[in-house]
Amino acid sequence: MDKRSLKGWLYLLPAILFLGVFMVYPLIDVLVYSVEEGYNSASETFFGYGLYNYSYVLRDPYFLQALKNTFLLVIITVPLSTGIALLISVGLNSIKPLKELFQTVYFLPYVTNTLAVGLVFMILFKKTPYTDGFINLIIQWFGGSSVDFIDGPYWAKMFVMCFYTIWVVLPFKILILTSALASVNPDYYKAAKVDGTSSFRIFTRITLPMISPMIFYLVITGFIGAFKAYSDEVAIFGTDLNAAGMNTIVGYVYDMLYGDSGGYPSFAAAAALILFVIVLTITCINLMISKKRT
Amino acid sequence: MKIVLQHLTKRYPNRNKKIKEDVVAVNDFTFEIPDGKLIGLLGPSGCGKSTTLNMICGLEKPTSGKIFFGEDDVTELPPENRGVGMVFQSYALYPHLTVLQNIIFPLQNRKGAEKMTKQEMEKAAAETARLVQIDNLLERRPSELSGGQQQRVAIARALVKRPRVLLLDEPLSNLDARLRLQTREEIRRIQQETGITTIFVTHDQEEAMSISDQIVVMEAGNVRQIDTPQKVYDDPCSLFVAKFLGTPPINVFNGSIKDEKLYVGGDCILPTPGLRSQKVTVGIRPEGFVLDPEGTLACRLNNVEVMGRDTSVVAHHDAAVSDTIRAIVPTDSDIKRNEKTIRFSVKPYKVHAFLENGDRIRLKG
Repeated sequence: MDKRSLKGWLYLLPAILFLGVFMVYPLIDVLVYSVEEGYNSASETFFGYGLYNYSYVLRDPYFLQALKNTFLLVIITVPLSTGIALLISVGLNSIKPLKELFQTVYFLPYVTNTLAVGLVFMILFKKTPYTDGFINLIIQWFGGSSVDFIDGPYWAKMFVMCFYTIWVVLPFKILILTSALASVNPDYYKAAKVDGTSSFRIFTRITLPMISPMIFYLVITGFIGAFKAYSDEVAIFGTDLNAAGMNTIVGYVYDMLYGDSGGYPSFAAAAALILFVIVLTITCINLMISKKRT
Repeated sequence: MKIVLQHLTKRYPNRNKKIKEDVVAVNDFTFEIPDGKLIGLLGPSGCGKSTTLNMICGLEKPTSGKIFFGEDDVTELPPENRGVGMVFQSYALYPHLTVLQNIIFPLQNRKGAEKMTKQEMEKAAAETARLVQIDNLLERRPSELSGGQQQRVAIARALVKRPRVLLLDEPLSNLDARLRLQTREEIRRIQQETGITTIFVTHDQEEAMSISDQIVVMEAGNVRQIDTPQKVYDDPCSLFVAKFLGTPPINVFNGSIKDEKLYVGGDCILPTPGLRSQKVTVGIRPEGFVLDPEGTLACRLNNVEVMGRDTSVVAHHDAAVSDTIRAIVPTDSDIKRNEKTIRFSVKPYKVHAFLENGDRIRLKG
């Protein structure tokens, strides 16, 4: 090895050590945990190696419920939040007065604490002996019958969950998209205008393709973020997500480790690796689609 | 199509809100552009030339004044109804579309009776591409093209809808020097082949001089002079115009007229019969100097630069506004480099005198 590359490795050493200890080693460790059958965390013993942990997790109704919840959350919130963020960004980009004020308002959820926001959502949606909650009051005002969004039917809980998730992820997406829109050279719009292009065609044929890299970035990070959802669920439905039927994969992993039914690091590791494989697959598909388009 | 501009004026509210007075970008521009001519709008940045172009295009509305294309008043028309083609400084080619798709784009916008079939559009695009000689590049994307090729695509996109007027904003400023020469000839050729009235904006006097039928020199929103390139160069109406045109630039001296003679410092260079005594600014073109041992203009010789085609003499004169003056003389001139003083006489038609406010004084009655 010549002196130059030695020097390069030397500079990289702190980062390599850090990543090795806190990233690579735990990853391998999780993999090892997930194939150790009958692991006992108190005595740190196990029977042998095999895939039993995976088959247990995949048959566990709680895990299947978490899997279903997570998938629904991803499929509903990612396209919806990206679409809504795009609409709002285009709107923000085309107004002049009060633009800064609106940008600040839309950005507020981003700087607000998740649990505090969850509390507000509970007040909005929860039925208590004293009040039906703000949203139910509105529903009743329009002549509908009130729904228990927090402890009621599955679809109502799912609705609150998706509503909340979309609302929480919007600010970041709006931020990214408004800056992407602002960075499009205005000459393109002028040229289109001179040529008499309709505003719909300008949007679909010029604006969208110009900001498509940013949209793809948001979709990919949105998928990953939604697959990793957990704290938002706790904020609304409390810590016992299994009882509420609103658990997510990450929530399941947490419960297996530390929850009341916890103490099973092997099951947790297997569930975590299943999540890893799902996210990896989805991200690869996303990248393939985005490559094809460009 | 003849273009008539009548008292065209554009004011903007001042950005500094404390100043109530508006900024005048273009002030009372009146000009008739004859059909099929190539016109260069020339001026330093911020002189209002781009604003003028945008008003003709329809992207900006004039504060007052009118614009006619032929007999039609287009002042209130939006750009798409004016029949203008515009080439932007950045070319504004859509990067995600191929060259063909870029050229077809304006045609696809047509509605109703004007709507064209795909074959018609592709035929029109192919014809235009042939005109600007990019017909072998139709399947490429803009990022795969050189600057000059992108420029041609932009021109093709502007021409494909057969506009009545072609507008070019700084068409050559993004090209390197060699391409600039080539492309400006190309613009001239395309303009002459199509016969479309063309207006282009530039801050480069050489560009404007080389291809325009007429030059409009603008300064701070005002039109200073409109004439053929040679006329503007030979017969500038003000010190600003004289200084703006020509490379190397005109040499400027503090001078005076005394006893019907023109003085530069203490050196009498020309007789000026019939003019009253006054202080003047004297401009002498670099090629207006003649090496002459008997000459009245004595300068301190600084340097001699050999350019190949001619020789550039850099010298100092106490009355000159700038530190050095530059004279262009033939290469076969006999210059004694070791002598400190060099003497010139001047060609009278290369010498211009100006009042203190910059207006020209005619030296010959």
